[in-house]
Amino acid sequence: MDVLNAIVALSNFVLIPAIAYGSQLALGALGVTLIYGILRFSNFAHGDTMAFGAMVTILVTWWMQSLGISLGPLPTALLALPFGILGCIALLVLTDKAVYKFYRAQKAKPVILVIVSMGIMFIMNGLVRFVIGPDDQRFADGERFIISARTFREMTGLSEGLAFRTSQGITIVTAVVVVIALFWFLNRTRTGKSMRAYSDNEDLALLSGINPERVVLYTWMLVAGLATIAGVLYGLDKSFKPFTYFQLLLPIFAAAIVGGLGSPVGAIAGGFVIAFSEVTITYAWKKVATYLLPEALEPDGLVQLLSTDYKFAVSFVILLIVLLFRPTGLFKGKAV
Amino acid sequence: MKKLLMATAATALVAGAAYADGHGNEVKIGVILGFTGPIESLTPSMADGAELAMTEVTESGMLLDGMKVTSVRADSTCIDAGAATAAAERLVTSDGVKAIMGADCSGVTSAILQNVAVPNGVVMISPSATSPGLSHADNEDNGLFFRTAPSDARQGVVMTDVLIEEGITEVAVTYTNNDYGKGLADSFEAAFEAAGGTVTINTAHEDGKADYSAEIGALAAAGGQRLVVAGYVDQGGSGIIRAALDSGAFDTFHFPDGMISAQLEENFGDEIEGSTGQHPGTDSPGAAAFSEMVGGAFDPTSPFTPESYDAAALIMLAMQAAGSTESGDFKDHVMDVANAPGTEIFPGQLGMALEMIKNGEEIDYVGATAVELIGPGESAGNYRQIVIEGGKITTAKFR
Repeated sequence: MDVLNAIVALSNFVLIPAIAYGSQLALGALGVTLIYGILRFSNFAHGDTMAFGAMVTILVTWWMQSLGISLGPLPTALLALPFGILGCIALLVLTDKAVYKFYRAQKAKPVILVIVSMGIMFIMNGLVRFVIGPDDQRFADGERFIISARTFREMTGLSEGLAFRTSQGITIVTAVVVVIALFWFLNRTRTGKSMRAYSDNEDLALLSGINPERVVLYTWMLVAGLATIAGVLYGLDKSFKPFTYFQLLLPIFAAAIVGGLGSPVGAIAGGFVIAFSEVTITYAWKKVATYLLPEALEPDGLVQLLSTDYKFAVSFVILLIVLLFRPTGLFKGKAV
Repeated sequence: MKKLLMATAATALVAGAAYADGHGNEVKIGVILGFTGPIESLTPSMADGAELAMTEVTESGMLLDGMKVTSVRADSTCIDAGAATAAAERLVTSDGVKAIMGADCSGVTSAILQNVAVPNGVVMISPSATSPGLSHADNEDNGLFFRTAPSDARQGVVMTDVLIEEGITEVAVTYTNNDYGKGLADSFEAAFEAAGGTVTINTAHEDGKADYSAEIGALAAAGGQRLVVAGYVDQGGSGIIRAALDSGAFDTFHFPDGMISAQLEENFGDEIEGSTGQHPGTDSPGAAAFSEMVGGAFDPTSPFTPESYDAAALIMLAMQAAGSTESGDFKDHVMDVANAPGTEIFPGQLGMALEMIKNGEEIDYVGATAVELIGPGESAGNYRQIVIEGGKITTAKFR
């Protein structure tokens, strides 16, 4: 019984939150890594791209809710998601045509593109705040829980509860589906292969007749889709506030770099590494230890490695360690 | 040339006279509150409360030969000391306010006091800054700072009494990471442990985050019969409660003043059934008189609204007692008008009080919150104990 209680407490406070958060980070990091691999720069505007896609989705969700359209137990935002992706694609393609194309034609150095993306970040930042405001927005509806802590306790008779929110379930399922679809696209389709070819060796790809503008276009479309999905999932699971998306930039980049910039597998692994370290290092293990250890060994303290105030510092430290000992990341991306 | 000089001097004189005349019958009082930021849902009715007192005095025509009182609002933001200081500086130097009703949150209040009020010699009466750090025992404030809210050292003791009476001996505490939260959490921990209770964990949370599951993980591991949330309802406080409810870590909570507002009912309703809390408040006849006077114009029971009325009233009564609108003159009279001896003054009787002061009689301002200033000029502290019943905040009793 105690072992079961320990497992439930651990899942409730560590495993489920970390897996959901890790999936959100992984989707975000995939977008960053695709841009780095194919367009060859670090896109600082990615957090705000996520915010923009989520914002369009929220606006459409509200419109659908006002019309009485709903998905029953699932959040309406899932229906609005395609519209959000379309809006985000429009924005990214427009920025590419208006800004990045100019620098690409000049063969600008990556560092210049990074600065340019920072400018774009501030513009998107302002755009999102201008349209929807800087405050928290609620757009989640439908059933809140797949299983709530109270029902779980009543069902199993355990003293620990296990809460599994609908948004967490959707996040995990969507992330798995999206990742499978992305890998199938990159490895099996002609366009996907041409994108990988372009990423591996630009000159060779051009010689073999790949149209660079098309590759760029498809990349932006993919990135818009990933960013919007990640943004909406994060907003559904936590809350939508433009500033938190801007703050997400750090863990997302940490995830992409830890996994190896330019490597899609690495981005996913990195997302989970960062999420799990943030949650486990700041978790107080007292409860779990009390269940597992014999009474004589029960801890008096909280058995917490770091106070939760230092959550963000954890991703920094992991980033530093990886850059020091394995600059190309866990999965051999391109050197930063 | 001589003529020109003369003309210039004459014009200047006339202009000066006109200027003096224009301001002779008007005194401006600054109302500096966090109209944006973590307590933005509380501040509108606080400002209305203060302005109600000013209107009452203006209409009575009794303040220093029929002086008109106008309010100048400014935004303290509650958290940004730089912005609050700039706003207060503007009030004092450019709008020429004679006294400040404010600020609200403890951090910005102390910033304004040190950077603006003390250098310029302007009286500040805060309706809601409750940090124990603002009790200036050694006159660091030159006698310029007062508050109609009690220090959190007192709230910590009241909170302990409420919880012990409920039979709660083990709690977890989380506080918003600023002067207010830390001060309150520490004074509560000291009082609760002195009363024989156990605080299993006393940890900070940052405002404005999207996700508090890590914080709740630590709080849940430490455990406790109830979770004390010393935060803001418009900020991290609500996030913490949401995460605690979702993960089933805590079902009941205890709320200090920053958490109690209509927003709390709206956010959680009967999900937090049985939770308790307290905020400054009183059942003295003044509170009822104040509610009646307000009518339906704004919510008279919203936290710190009656305190705001009292803060503004004290400023004007002290001005009358000193016969001057200059802070340097009336700062020494604030304690006199607030405390016994004298005739008790309730809301709606400001005109009468001003007249009595004019006739040389003593008054004892009771106001909407049973004001009694102690020590370095802060309220002795009356609290309204609340409990969440049927999804509504209901009054349990007064302390």
